[in-house]
Amino acid sequence: MRRLLTIPFALALTVSAALADPVSGGKLDLIVQPEPPSVMIGITTNGPALLVGGNIYESLLRYDENLKPMPSLAKSWETSEDGLTYTFHLQEGVKWHDGKPMTSADVMFSVEDFLMKLQPRHRNLMSHVAKVVAPDDNTVVFTLKEPFEAFIRGFAFYTMPIVPKHIYEGTDYQTNPANEKLIGTGPYKFAEWKRGSYIKLVKNEDYYLPGKPYIDELYYHVIPDGASRAVAYETGQVSVLPGGSVENFDIPRLSKLANTCTTEKGWEYFAPLSWLWLNNRKPPMDNVKFRQAVMFALDREFAKDVLWNGYGKVSTGPISSKVPFYANVGPSYPHDPAKAKALLKEMGYDGKPLKLLPLPYGETWQRWAEAVKQNLADVGIPVEIESTDVAGWNQKTSQWDYDIAFTYLYQNGDPAIGVDRNYKSSQIAKGNPFNNVEGYSNPEVDKLFTEAAVAFPAAKRQELYDKVQAKLREDVPVAWLLELGFPTIYNCNVENPISTASGLPNSLRDAWIKK
Amino acid sequence: MTRFLAGRLVRAVFILLVITVSNFFLIHAAPGDPAAVMAGESGDADPQFLEQLRERFGLDKPLYVQLGIYVSHVVRLDLGYSYRQQLPVLDLILERLPATLLLSLSAFAVSLGLGILAGAMAAARQGRLSDTLISLFALIFYATPLFWLALMAVLLFSIELGWLPGFGYETVGAGYAGFARALDIAKHLVLPAMTLGLFFMAVYVRMTRASMLEVSQMDFVKTAKAKGLRPRVIQRRHVLRNALLPVVTLAGLQAGQLVGGAVLIETVFAWPGIGRLMFEALSQRDYNLLLGVFVVSAAMVLLFNLITDVLYRFVDPRIRVAS
Repeated sequence: MRRLLTIPFALALTVSAALADPVSGGKLDLIVQPEPPSVMIGITTNGPALLVGGNIYESLLRYDENLKPMPSLAKSWETSEDGLTYTFHLQEGVKWHDGKPMTSADVMFSVEDFLMKLQPRHRNLMSHVAKVVAPDDNTVVFTLKEPFEAFIRGFAFYTMPIVPKHIYEGTDYQTNPANEKLIGTGPYKFAEWKRGSYIKLVKNEDYYLPGKPYIDELYYHVIPDGASRAVAYETGQVSVLPGGSVENFDIPRLSKLANTCTTEKGWEYFAPLSWLWLNNRKPPMDNVKFRQAVMFALDREFAKDVLWNGYGKVSTGPISSKVPFYANVGPSYPHDPAKAKALLKEMGYDGKPLKLLPLPYGETWQRWAEAVKQNLADVGIPVEIESTDVAGWNQKTSQWDYDIAFTYLYQNGDPAIGVDRNYKSSQIAKGNPFNNVEGYSNPEVDKLFTEAAVAFPAAKRQELYDKVQAKLREDVPVAWLLELGFPTIYNCNVENPISTASGLPNSLRDAWIKK
Repeated sequence: MTRFLAGRLVRAVFILLVITVSNFFLIHAAPGDPAAVMAGESGDADPQFLEQLRERFGLDKPLYVQLGIYVSHVVRLDLGYSYRQQLPVLDLILERLPATLLLSLSAFAVSLGLGILAGAMAAARQGRLSDTLISLFALIFYATPLFWLALMAVLLFSIELGWLPGFGYETVGAGYAGFARALDIAKHLVLPAMTLGLFFMAVYVRMTRASMLEVSQMDFVKTAKAKGLRPRVIQRRHVLRNALLPVVTLAGLQAGQLVGGAVLIETVFAWPGIGRLMFEALSQRDYNLLLGVFVVSAAMVLLFNLITDVLYRFVDPRIRVAS
């Protein structure tokens, strides 16, 4: 069996070898910003933790740039015709970093116990599942309560990382010492963390794909100042700047340096979409004409071209164009101050000044707030910028203490996973900055989203999502801004750094360094 | 002397306690808490998730209970756990302490040594070109923001000339050991220590110069001149020694900031020190860690004040007599 299995791998190798021959060896220096609290991604799921931890832990699947599933810990899978049963066949000969074999028991433990206790996202996904069984060491079968077509996109490395049962079972997961000495199945093993300086990972010599990974050592450097991170790349001390690790105004200069490559790929699964939260509970934001006026007032092309260096895309509505079931339907909102003024006049806006809360994520967001302030002032909406830090921003948005607030959220591969949480009235709950914070409530939209999530097959879902997108674009519960583009800047000697929809965190097993 | 020391120590412990309690309330007055920050970063949260975090951190208890728990721990020299990093606060601080002390002690030594030397030189050549130049540079360093100087130094010495590394504590992954490693760290130390030291150096230059000029007008200096001592001896033995008192006071102040005073420089040069630890703990509302850093830096300030007071007695025997 072992022998048979290696054949597809050998084939896969020769296919990629047609482009260029990967060579083994070398070390890769990257930036991780900010320093994560932990890289145990079953517990900590912020961006920097994923960037490092994604090399240590794996899930059953990976996704290509069109979000089509690819093998990871599962070598193959089948879905029953009624869309209720998902059967996964695991890779054979997979070992944990401590040498113990990885089996379906680990998958069961992760899915039913570990992640259920710790991950809200996982609890949501599992609410669709009736039961999970493991008929043998290499098979796991999920049976759903009703068809949930989005399910197949819920097995990303960070939504369902598989953790070792033999280490965590019966312990307090949060305080287990293994959270510091990480044990995963991934292509790289945890080696050292010098807090405030760097995190070091080394090649997993026993990785189940022969020959992979190619690179011997990964260093993630912690450099707190944006200008110094740019310097680190300029002086060659790091060779990869993951998306978002330098200020936007440095990007044009850095990307013109010799032997420098840039790519916008690797954000398809996250699909970050930015918008302004308009507090629908308060006048004048409770008036749909006011919200539409805001959309017409915003010059989003300018924001994209000037503040984001042309990266990204002007958003048309609630679903990012990178996510399945996106459709360009319903009213659109080009920059049109005259129309905005007319709408404001029609509704009898009294010129009451509003507060604008920028995102506390650096210079770009501050500047964007200035631009929005000016756009709104141009149509007669006076705005005051009210800056705060990350904790203050979380506090204000999750307690609904704002008029207009910047945000951006990941869509996580499917509207039923990452989109409807922002618009369904059942998602209105204080204390959480990622749900329906704007307080939009529309029974028609609730019904459409609920039905669309479980409709089967996909064509039926598309029909319902078309309707709900058109409706939302009419109602403008929030003012959509941009589908954000976070270019990765890297030395061109690094080959194939991004090969999945989740980018660098999930791709380095296939990357190599030219000699 | 013993009575003096004992009295000061008792007072120091009391002050430390007051500082700890007031810091505790100040920190809790800031909006948001560590659970909200961590939920915010994870990109997804439900009430159960937040509740779990708050319970784990003990944030679900009333504030006065939290204060009681904290103070009773600090009294036993237990600074608690960092919420965010899941490690004992004391370990985190001790891990960063050597880097910070190396940086700030080097800066301290450089600024004090060069500052006094240049100041004395300027005073001795009052009104000449070298005096004007020294004073001019001192003024420039005194008036320029540190972070800007730091960035310019990186631009010149790291990017343009390529002489010195622009950030970090040592070359990561180079595997140096022994002397090679010390040399490597020293190279990394030059830029941050120089930039950090420049401001205080300027202050010492100005202070030493002014103070020496003042002292050299005094009667006992005239007496020394009349006695026929050589000018160099007068400068060193009579003028400088008497002029040093204000400099020692200031050095005591600077020494108090050794632990927490290098936030900007540590950030720009990615120096893994306490200042950065404090700044990050603040923005992440990691209460225990932040309080821990505050307690340690307050203790350092008190300690160095004490040392300064003792030093006075050696530099100037008159103080010993007066108390």
